[in-house]
Amino acid sequence: MKISGKARLVGDKVSAESILPSAYLTAAPQKLGKHALEGIDPTFVQRVVPGDILVAGRFFGGGSSREQATLALKYCGISAVVAESFARIFFRNALNLGLPALECSWKGRVEEGDDLAIDVEAGEVRNLRTGEVFHAPPLPPFLISLLAGGGLIEQIKRQAVGL
Amino acid sequence: MLEGRTRRLVIFPRRYNAGRRVAMAGMTMAEKVLARASGRERVAAGEFVEAKIDLAMIHEITGAPSCLTLRELGIEKVWDPARIVVFNDHAVPADSEATATLQKHLREFVGDYGILNFYDLRDGICHQVLAEKGHVLPGSLIVGTDSHSCTYGALGAFSTGIGATEMVQVFATGRLWFKVPPTIKLVYIGQLPPGVTAKDMALMTVGRLGADGANYRGIEFAGPAVAGMGMSDRLTLCNMANETGAKVGMVAADGVTLDYLRDRARGQGEPVLPDADATYETTVEMDVSHLEPQVACHPAVENVKPISEVAGKEIHQAFLGSCTNGRLEDLRQAATVLKGRRIPRGVRMLVVPASQEVYLAAIREGLIETFLEAGAVVTNPNCAACGGIHGGIMAQGEVCIATTNRNFPGRMGRGTETYLASPSVVAASALAGKIADPRRL
Repeated sequence: MKISGKARLVGDKVSAESILPSAYLTAAPQKLGKHALEGIDPTFVQRVVPGDILVAGRFFGGGSSREQATLALKYCGISAVVAESFARIFFRNALNLGLPALECSWKGRVEEGDDLAIDVEAGEVRNLRTGEVFHAPPLPPFLISLLAGGGLIEQIKRQAVGL
Repeated sequence: MLEGRTRRLVIFPRRYNAGRRVAMAGMTMAEKVLARASGRERVAAGEFVEAKIDLAMIHEITGAPSCLTLRELGIEKVWDPARIVVFNDHAVPADSEATATLQKHLREFVGDYGILNFYDLRDGICHQVLAEKGHVLPGSLIVGTDSHSCTYGALGAFSTGIGATEMVQVFATGRLWFKVPPTIKLVYIGQLPPGVTAKDMALMTVGRLGADGANYRGIEFAGPAVAGMGMSDRLTLCNMANETGAKVGMVAADGVTLDYLRDRARGQGEPVLPDADATYETTVEMDVSHLEPQVACHPAVENVKPISEVAGKEIHQAFLGSCTNGRLEDLRQAATVLKGRRIPRGVRMLVVPASQEVYLAAIREGLIETFLEAGAVVTNPNCAACGGIHGGIMAQGEVCIATTNRNFPGRMGRGTETYLASPSVVAASALAGKIADPRRL
């Protein structure tokens, strides 16, 4: 899986509640995108261009298990999330929804709007402005194929019909 | 239609761990449960396993999508209707058409799929009721679409939060992959001083470890101060394991556990104890003998201070309840502080028992009378103000002191602040209109 897009930076410890405030938990899934990251920046979604890559600090998506937070990022056009570290449930949710999540140390070496290129299988994030490459711990093959196949629901569908 | 084949889903190829060296050291509790549940003699931290789930819990807010997706996929049967527990508990009675619709989805799911365990608005908060009604058994592997599913570690279960989509997988197959977590052992020694509680220990721990200090890891809560705790306090302690990022927070089952389960347990369980030579990532010893009441201050749960540094902060609302501190023992603590006193009109105190069983016991003990005479408002069991989705949401600029487990900015409403503390601190603060030390009343 190869992904490229512009970096959109957020800080450390952005909680699942900040990604999607509780007020929208009961909203229809397709409406979640316009509230992505509203808890820290109500103008965030206006700046996102589909394909952008979210670049976050430590412990991204902590707290609540709400998968609606991951959906909100996906529906607002984010194509992958790169973070110094992820909260564990967010990480699982991202892979299950087919949203690549790469854990690597990038602090100070990516700026807002930098063009990034990601190779998910290799666990590489390349900053095309500086040429620098950041390495994420490789995902086990079963998680790579989960991601490459578009997430868990797609995997269940394929296996259910014996493809 | 498809269920016959989805049951055979291969979610995790076993060969992934093939050839990996597993040291012959003893195992932690988390490792033992995952080894048993994945049919292996032993597992070690860092390995991936595919494990059989013993119990799966959902509620209306995060679990309704699981039910809808299951239907959309044409899966007509769940793996085991006796091992699924469904709750309408977060926002009951429904506060909006949207919430009412989610709750209706769950009722229909329970009916159509023959789910055997369903708790609706007359029962209480999932994490309390699951323990109280004997669904949580020592040594079992439990998942819930709620991050505070770690609460059941109080009974020696490996229990953790998962997302709605992977719950579809669990519903269909009863299996899920896990990465075996390294374990941090927290040993509490000494005896808590009067007026200082398990909640203060939990807050101190979150302050010490930080909000991501145990991310991806398991915690074992041990030592004489834990061994001496009742089940209510253990549930409080394990409930906040998630606030350190931990996957699980477990207390080894002992006589307290067996006593608690005696008239409740719906099965046997397979209790596990940690091996004496288990491998821990770190072991931290903490003496609680001189602990002060603790307060997690706005804007972060790890921003924990002793009450002496926070006392005097003005509050508008005081909230006693939630899966952290809505049990009978918690209500007793608060009632002891409030008895014969009167909350000033400028402060709104909300009391929300964690379950109907707790509520009824509190009525019989006269606690509810004490709350009403003091000027508190008592509502039916539900998650209420805690998650900012039901009763007790505040206006911008308002401050709440709460017995809950989270204080992310705006959790109880946009532009609001939440401070977390024990039931006695919350009660004392309600009386004072500002954060107050119950020991000084």
